[in-house]
Amino acid sequence: MFRIKIDVPLLFGLLLLCVSSLFVLWSAGGESSRIIINQAIRMGIAITVMIALAQIRPDTIFRWTPLLYTAGLIMLALVMVAGDVGKGAQRWLDLGFVRFQPSEIMKLAVPTMVAWVITRKTLPPDFKNLVLASAVLILPCAFILVQPDLGTAILILMSGALIIFLAGFSWRNILILLGLALVLIPIAYIFVLEPYQQRRIQTLIDPWADPLGSGYQIIQSMIAIGSGGPQGKGWTQGSQSQGDFIPDRHTDFIFSVFSEEMGFIGVLLLITLYVAIVARGLYIAYYTKDTFSRLLAGSLSMTFFFYVFVNIGMVAGMLPVVGVPLPLISYGGTSMVTLMAGFGILMGIHNHRSLMSR
Amino acid sequence: MAIRFYFVRRITARSAHQIKQFMVADQIELKDYLRETNLIHSRLLALVVLLAVLALILVARVWYLQIYNYERFEVLSKDNRVRLVPVPPVRGQVFDRKGKVLAENIPVFTLEILPQDVKDMDILLDQLTKIIEVSPADVVKFRAQVRSHRSFETQVLKVNLSEEEVARFSVNRHFFRGAKVEARLQRNYPYGGEMAHVLGYVGRINQRDKGSIDAKAYKGTDYIGKRGIEAKYEAHLLGRVGVEQVETNAHGERIRTIDRKSPVSGDDIYLNIDVELQIKAREYLGDHRGSVIAIEPATGQVLAFVSNPVYDPNKFVNGIDHRSYNALRGDVDRPLLNRTISGRYAPGSTIKGLISMSGLENGWSQNKSIVCPGYFTLKGSSHRYRCWKRSGHGSVSMIESLMYSCDVYYYQLANTLGIDKLSAFFKDFGLGSKTGIDLDGEPSGLVPSREWKRDRRGTSWYPGDTLNAGIGQGYMLVTPLQLGVVAATLANRGKRIEPRIVGRLKHSLNGDNEDAVSHLQGAELGQVNASAENFNAIIEAMTAVVAHPRGTAYRAAGLNAEYTMAGKTGTAQVVGIAQGAKYDASKLTDFQKDHALFISFAPVEQPKIAIAVIVENGGSGSGVAAPVARKVSDFYLLGKDANAADSAQQEAPVSAPVAMVAN
Repeated sequence: MFRIKIDVPLLFGLLLLCVSSLFVLWSAGGESSRIIINQAIRMGIAITVMIALAQIRPDTIFRWTPLLYTAGLIMLALVMVAGDVGKGAQRWLDLGFVRFQPSEIMKLAVPTMVAWVITRKTLPPDFKNLVLASAVLILPCAFILVQPDLGTAILILMSGALIIFLAGFSWRNILILLGLALVLIPIAYIFVLEPYQQRRIQTLIDPWADPLGSGYQIIQSMIAIGSGGPQGKGWTQGSQSQGDFIPDRHTDFIFSVFSEEMGFIGVLLLITLYVAIVARGLYIAYYTKDTFSRLLAGSLSMTFFFYVFVNIGMVAGMLPVVGVPLPLISYGGTSMVTLMAGFGILMGIHNHRSLMSR
Repeated sequence: MAIRFYFVRRITARSAHQIKQFMVADQIELKDYLRETNLIHSRLLALVVLLAVLALILVARVWYLQIYNYERFEVLSKDNRVRLVPVPPVRGQVFDRKGKVLAENIPVFTLEILPQDVKDMDILLDQLTKIIEVSPADVVKFRAQVRSHRSFETQVLKVNLSEEEVARFSVNRHFFRGAKVEARLQRNYPYGGEMAHVLGYVGRINQRDKGSIDAKAYKGTDYIGKRGIEAKYEAHLLGRVGVEQVETNAHGERIRTIDRKSPVSGDDIYLNIDVELQIKAREYLGDHRGSVIAIEPATGQVLAFVSNPVYDPNKFVNGIDHRSYNALRGDVDRPLLNRTISGRYAPGSTIKGLISMSGLENGWSQNKSIVCPGYFTLKGSSHRYRCWKRSGHGSVSMIESLMYSCDVYYYQLANTLGIDKLSAFFKDFGLGSKTGIDLDGEPSGLVPSREWKRDRRGTSWYPGDTLNAGIGQGYMLVTPLQLGVVAATLANRGKRIEPRIVGRLKHSLNGDNEDAVSHLQGAELGQVNASAENFNAIIEAMTAVVAHPRGTAYRAAGLNAEYTMAGKTGTAQVVGIAQGAKYDASKLTDFQKDHALFISFAPVEQPKIAIAVIVENGGSGSGVAAPVARKVSDFYLLGKDANAADSAQQEAPVSAPVAMVAN
């Protein structure tokens, strides 16, 4: 008989996040039941997708990987020629019946494809295999970068880099690459980044340089977080959040609402919850048996934390504002489905860890 | 790849006993697998460390904001107490080339009201008007402003309060909740109308402006350049807005400033114009409508830019009232029209120098003489194209044709050259296109051609059109500015330079480097396609126009000159004169009389000033326009004021302009 298999600790953690999200959204969204209902429906869809994917065996995913990746790449190319422009960037593809961002598919397809390439040979990868893996990683990232969507491009790049790291890319080479990055980043800043992206970085270094303009959002967000203090101002009591000082406060900047109202204690709990979820993912990676699944599980888990880090980092004024939502807390559907799908794959890996021995 | 899953299946059997039974090949793979396992496991542990580090960084950052800096942010978050107040920059001033202030910011007291703090507006206004005189028009305007803006936006009820009114208000201020007196800076133009057509003016930012400006840059700023230099150099004059973080009490009154980022004042602008010369040039023009433009040929610097009549730009700063505005608009003399840049006139005979040069370039000999019987007829036609001198000039050479401004000579020359060559040469001189001056609203004028007439008029070009073009009449249109540039180009022997009103910008850098100055220079537009020899021939003839006792401008401009001057008179018909009829000034109304024109430059050897004068309905160029150019040149080159000589006491020269030009 077919039995639904799920990973209970992971599911429990994710559900806790979802419930927190609804509470924060009630406050951040101006106590609108429409927002809560919308978000709850999306959560339902996302969790269904997750549970469905949890039933799929990793070797099935392995077989489908090249096809999925190629399809995603073609759609990215289509976006460039025929995509819709939303908020100044060309990210959406209209297939007639549904409108979506191919870059979302690539968030999962790219690390999977990199793992696919790398596990075709023994680890650690030789030079030839490294070049191939880098190629399948960098090509879609370049497409997404020119949309332009710097945040997504970087995070996808990170997810692929994690696979290569887990596969045993030597520490010596890692140091060399880090050194190169230190040299190349200032050059990229000057020649590659668009003026609006440069402004975001300047704003980060000194938000007070333009407190009425580009620095406004960061300053208001930092004021909201800081004024939360140890205990917070209480749910729906954040004067900054409720006073409409923070743009995008129910999407990308929801963390400032959360921390203003819940205080340092709330933030500690939230970060602990995230860490626990990621730790569970790494645990799954550790105890699964085949190499492909290990790499994929490790990358998916850690990438999730990168999302958390980039979002909180930007809202707290440590990182440039790149438009990355706070995973599973921010309002919005597309990224939630992708994230949950990732956890579905993770659960699938765990569910089938001992499948072969049965 | 299937092999790897197959392999995994066996490993997961977790039985050492089973493993021993594997084949040798499998054992090699097993070694690989164990190595991979160890590798990935160690890497996963590294990720756990990374996870811990990243989490700690986040916690540390939030701790820094929420615990370490809690008090600071706590204060900031009381949003009704701590505000970000924009500090508007001081608008850059405008000076003339010698440093005289042309546009400044003067402190004024304004009576302002914050509607959201007012309990009953009618009572408040009633009481306020008892101690401060407010015109009914101001009250109407104020009420309209209040209606169209949000209640937390302060509105101005009255500007320019007297000291006495400020004192009276201060004593009674507790009665007037919501009203306050503020010291503000207001734009002032000390020379009034003299510079109006150059500087333009600033005005209050209106709804239409709001659509085209960056709202952030104008936070706290009420004025924007609307016309002239004020508009053209808006980006430089504006400056950069600063911001203050201030703590306020419950009434919104400032308690203390927490943090301040100072604004950066706008750039100060130094014009090339010499305001004394400008004033004198308009004075020499008298009551006539018209314009005078003076350019330093070598640099393209505009020395004087007069359009008469003028209006007072100060009236526009705080919004001109309807009655005054309608009076200005309805004035038959059209003071709001900037004639110098946008007035379009037939060039008349001033263009004859160019036509002669075009002839020389196309093989016409300057020694060739033509007999002028007082009229010219085309072959196969009886229509008489008349010379201005009905009795005729007799036999005239090229030099004489310019000296006497003989029309028949130019009918003949134009007919020989044809319109194609003529219009090409005019265009080469820059006519028919914008001069590129740093002011808006410049038309390109019109140089007619066969194609133009076919496209715009739908008829073909007739030989008679060419004859009219030969004496600067007909379709051709130039602006006074273009004529001035033609004079400068002649003075430069063909080198074309864009005219420039603004000479330099002095940047305010918050005291870092007070001497940061940008010099602005008009671009060099190239060389007119004509030989130096031919330029000299024409300049020689134009010198004769002024210096030769029989030249048309001798009495008006050449008599007793202390320097050499080259010039050409012109008269542009405003109304057509019927065949056989006689131009009789006495029978025409003022607005039907001919326009008088004159172009000149001096000294001929080393030109310092090129001038174009147009006097609307002035009659003849020699009679009215040429004396203006002579007086302007005298004042600029010698410091001699012709009008001062009229009055009893002769003033000493105001300055030594010749030395000044040498800079």
